[in-house]
Amino acid sequence: MKRVLPGFGLSMGVTLTYLGVIVLLPLVALVLRGAEIGPERFWAIVTAPRTLAALQLTLVAGAMATVVNAAYGLLMAWVLVRYDFPGKRVLDALMDIPFALPTAVAGLALSALFSANGWFGALLEPMGIKVVFTIWGVAIAMSFTSIPFVVRTVQPVLEDLDPQYEQAAITLGAHPFTIFRKVIWPVILPSFLVGVTLSFARSLGEFGAVVFIAGNLPMKTEIASLLAVIRLEEYDYNGAAAIALVLLIIALLLLVISNLLQARALPYKAKP
Amino acid sequence: MTMQVTSMMKRFGETEVLRGIDLNVRDGELIALLGPSGSGKTTLLKIIAGLDWPDAGSLSVDGEDWLRVRAQDRRTGFVFQHYALFPHMKVRDNIAFGLNVMPKDRRPPAAKIAAKVDELLQFLQIAHLGGRYPAELSGGQRQRVALGRALAIGPKVLLLDEPFGALDAAIRRDLRRWLRDVHDKTGTTTIFVTHDQEEAFELADRVVVMGAGRIEQVGTADEIFDHPASPFVARFLGATVELPVILRAGRAEAPGLDASMLERRALPDGFATLFLRPAEIDLQRDDASPFRIRQITSTGALRRVMLDGTGIVLEAELPRQRGADPLKVGDHVRLRPDAGRIFPGAARKAPPAPIPLKKETHR
Repeated sequence: MKRVLPGFGLSMGVTLTYLGVIVLLPLVALVLRGAEIGPERFWAIVTAPRTLAALQLTLVAGAMATVVNAAYGLLMAWVLVRYDFPGKRVLDALMDIPFALPTAVAGLALSALFSANGWFGALLEPMGIKVVFTIWGVAIAMSFTSIPFVVRTVQPVLEDLDPQYEQAAITLGAHPFTIFRKVIWPVILPSFLVGVTLSFARSLGEFGAVVFIAGNLPMKTEIASLLAVIRLEEYDYNGAAAIALVLLIIALLLLVISNLLQARALPYKAKP
Repeated sequence: MTMQVTSMMKRFGETEVLRGIDLNVRDGELIALLGPSGSGKTTLLKIIAGLDWPDAGSLSVDGEDWLRVRAQDRRTGFVFQHYALFPHMKVRDNIAFGLNVMPKDRRPPAAKIAAKVDELLQFLQIAHLGGRYPAELSGGQRQRVALGRALAIGPKVLLLDEPFGALDAAIRRDLRRWLRDVHDKTGTTTIFVTHDQEEAFELADRVVVMGAGRIEQVGTADEIFDHPASPFVARFLGATVELPVILRAGRAEAPGLDASMLERRALPDGFATLFLRPAEIDLQRDDASPFRIRQITSTGALRRVMLDGTGIVLEAELPRQRGADPLKVGDHVRLRPDAGRIFPGAARKAPPAPIPLKKETHR
C-alpha cells in the first residue's frame, strides 16, 4: 500500500525505541533481577507467610472490587447510553475523575469519609461495620480507582447497538429480559470482559489510594505492592524484586487474557 | 386479517406526524404506503407493529383493539429497512428467533423448529446460507433472511419498511417480483412503505398515497395515476407543470394553451390550475403564443424543452424530432397537452423558476 504521509521508518523507529527504553527495559531488568535470586530463594520469598498473606489480600480485595465495578460499570454504561436526563454530560465527564485524580487524594478522601468520625464511618461503625484498616477498605479504594474501565469499554459498544435489533426482537415476541439475554448481552460481552480484566489488573496494582485506608497491618491489611516497597526500604532488593515479579506475571497473564478475549471476541464480524 | 385505522393522530413534540389517518385493510391484501419522506408512513407502520403509540385514534384488527395489545403479542412480521438481523446469530438462528423465544408452554419442540427453518430456507431460495452470519451475506440475501425471520412466527400481518430501499436497481426488480410471489403463496396480509411510485404501483393491490401526515388518496395504480385526488398527488406523481387557467364551460383556457385534447370537466367556471406531466405536452409552432423556447437539451431518446412566457417557466418532453422543420430556441409555441388534471383555485405554490426571466436576450 502506498502511504499518503512519508516517515514511516522514522516514526516507527522512535516509538519502538521509546517503548524499549521506558517499558521493556525496566521489565527485562526486573525479570533478570528475579532470575538472579535463584529458584529456591525466590520460592522461599514468595511462599513466606507475610508475602502470601499480602498476595492473598491483594487478589481477594481486587476480585471484590472487580465484581462491584463489573455490575456498577455495566449499569452506568447502560444509563449513560440509553437514557436522556439533565446533567448527563456532567455525569459522563465525572466518570473520568478516578483516572485523573491523584490516587493519594482519593485515598485521603476515602479514609477521611470512612474513619470513625467521618460521614460514612460515623454511620457504619455503630452498626459494627468497620471499613478503615480492613479488607473492605482496601476493596473500596481499589474499586474507586478502577471504576471507569468497565464503563468506558462497554459504553461505545452499547452506543453502536442499533435500537432496531431490540425492536425486531420485540415484534418477534421476545420480552425484555429475553431481549437483553439473547440480543444485547452477546454483543457487549466481549468488551465487558475486557473491561473487567483491565479493572482487575488495575486493582491489583493500586497503591496510592489503598495505603491510606488500609492501615497496612502486616499479615492483615498489607497489599503486595506495599510489601515490595517495605522490602526495598529494608535494603532487601531480592525480596522486593521477587514480589514485583509475581505481580508482573499476574498482570501479564491478565493482559494476555484480555487480548485473547478481544481477538476472538466477535466471530461474526465481517471478514474484510 | 382485516384492519381498521381510525382518526389516528401522532405528534413528536411540535411536529404533527399523523393528522387523522383512516384506513381499512382487507384480508390478504398487499398494500403500499407511498409518500415522500416525512409524510408519516413509517410512523404509521410502527404504530401498527406496536413499536410506537398514537396520541389519539384507534387501531383494530379482526375486531380486537390492538392499542391494548403489547407489541410482543401482536404477531406482526416487521422487516426493517436495514434488516436488523442479529449480527451474532447465524441465518438459521435468526430465522428461528421468534420461535425460540416463545413461552415454554407454546414453544414447538426443537426438531419442529429446525424443520420449520429448513422449510423457510427452501421457500425463500436461500437453503445454502443457513450456516452464515449476516455480515457474510449480500443485501438481497439479507432481505430474504429478514423476511424469513418475520414469516417464521406465522404473522397476522407482514409490515415492510422501505423493503428495497438499500438495494441496487437490478436486485430491486428481482426481489419485487419475488416478494409478490411470496405474498401470493402465503396469502399474508402485507403492508409496505415506499417512496418509489414505480415500486408501489407494480407491487401493490392498492396504493395509499400519504403527504404531510394525511392520506391523500387510496386506489389502484391506474386510478391514482390518471385521476389524482389532489394537487399534492398530482405533483407527487410527476405533474410538475402547473398552469394557471380559467375554466369556462368545463374547458380550460389560457393564452398559448390548446386544450382541445382534454376532456371537459364538470367544474364551476372560474380560476383553476392545470397540472401537466412534461411528457404529456406537445408543442406546435404558433407565433401568437406567449410561450417561447429558451433551451433544448437531448437525453438521447427524448428532447427536453424549456419554455417561458406569461411569467412562468415550464418544461416539456418530446420524442426526438424527425422531419424537416425542427423546433429551435426562440420559436414561439403553443402547448397542446393530451392529458391533464384540473383543480379549482389558483396554484398553491409557484411553479419552479430556477432562472430569473429576462426579456429578449438576443436578436
